[in-house]
Amino acid sequence: MLTLADLGVLRDVREEHGTVVVTITPTYSGCPAMAAMRDDLVHRLADAGYDARVEVVLSPAWSSDWITEDGRRALRAHGLSAPGPAPRRAGPVALDLSPTRRALSCPRCGSAQVALTSEYGATACKALYRCTACLEPFEHVKEI
Amino acid sequence: MSHSSPDPGRQSGSPYDGLLEHHEVAGDDSQWAFGTDFEDPLAGVDTTVPDDVDPTDLATYCLMLGDDALVMSHRLSEWCSNAPDLEEDIALANIALDLLGQARLLLARAAAADPAVVPSLPEGSPVPAEDALAFFRDADRFLNVRLAEVPNGDFAHVVVRVLLFATARLAVLARLVESRDPVLAAIAAKGVKELTYHRDYAGRWFLTLARGTEESRRRLLVALGDLWPLHPELCGTHPVEAAMAAVGAGVDPAAVADEVDVVLEQVFAVSGVTRPERPALAGVGGRAGRDGLHTEALSRMLAEMQVVARAHPSGQW
Repeated sequence: MLTLADLGVLRDVREEHGTVVVTITPTYSGCPAMAAMRDDLVHRLADAGYDARVEVVLSPAWSSDWITEDGRRALRAHGLSAPGPAPRRAGPVALDLSPTRRALSCPRCGSAQVALTSEYGATACKALYRCTACLEPFEHVKEI
Repeated sequence: MSHSSPDPGRQSGSPYDGLLEHHEVAGDDSQWAFGTDFEDPLAGVDTTVPDDVDPTDLATYCLMLGDDALVMSHRLSEWCSNAPDLEEDIALANIALDLLGQARLLLARAAAADPAVVPSLPEGSPVPAEDALAFFRDADRFLNVRLAEVPNGDFAHVVVRVLLFATARLAVLARLVESRDPVLAAIAAKGVKELTYHRDYAGRWFLTLARGTEESRRRLLVALGDLWPLHPELCGTHPVEAAMAAVGAGVDPAAVADEVDVVLEQVFAVSGVTRPERPALAGVGGRAGRDGLHTEALSRMLAEMQVVARAHPSGQW
């Protein structure tokens, strides 16, 4: 199981006058899963007998570095490649015109012989790869 | 994501809950015109306007940045199923989604700073402020630069457009992370990460097309020539931008013009392309996109984007 806490999306949980206030942060500005995550939180907490409210926090901006070790294991268990360290930036952002290179291994067979298919995937947070050893495609959660 | 399969024994748990709940509450079969549920992208965020910052200026400034993102996002989404291959189709849709997310946050921030900027709707309309701003303003109240609105051309055209747009926006947002408005600063910090790979994507394709075939280079140069007159507007200063910069809440685009220039020069140099010598597209009486003066393409685009919402202002169809 991959939890919102393991993804680093869950930022805080506190109780205010009998209401559970849950704070989450979007991964990307346009993350369309925010409403689904909020509804799941409210419903699960309601099932457990809690009156809950979900709030959003934007700062600091989410980083893939916040995905926990458990989260990375869960991603791999589900056939996804976990992100490496997010780029550290200071000052003006440098232009990068060279192709993206990552040292990855196939989450299915473990081979390091992988090729980038597309830097963009079915969701904002993933790139598409394929393994040239077992020939299976897989998704990689991008470093941000 | 941790989305377990719906439990049939539970009342809740399906993605259609929003629709069902509405059915139960409203007791009729009419449907929401604005999705299954409403959400405030700034729910729980402290939207107090800092001292010394004029709320109307702040709202107007957020509309400028938000409209740039919204209109550009719409033009990019028109590429869906039209790109040269599936990977580029998905890439452009991803960029459009990032910009739509930025637009939602910025329009919501504008509405929270000064509710007077939000168009009024029939009493009882459930349309949230960000949607009212997106769907119920006429073209002359949109404050985006004209580069964002011109109709799409070929693939070279969208590559040049994204390069010019993302380079200027990244330079502005990279400074806006220091804004005295913490909401704007937070929106900028997220945007910087996204615009970094938008700019890299467009820069790589610019280089590829320029150094590709005779035909790809020819098309790239045509697109660059066509779009170049719209570039100066990105680094012009509107009085509201100047006022926001003066109080440390906004960024004067003219202050980042040199930085933008250096990045573009870098791309042009590796691509073997010389900077076009074409004058800026004139405004009318000194007015341009930031003043609500647009090309006729924006009205046509908005007519399509807004038609459903405008037909159902009380939010049901």
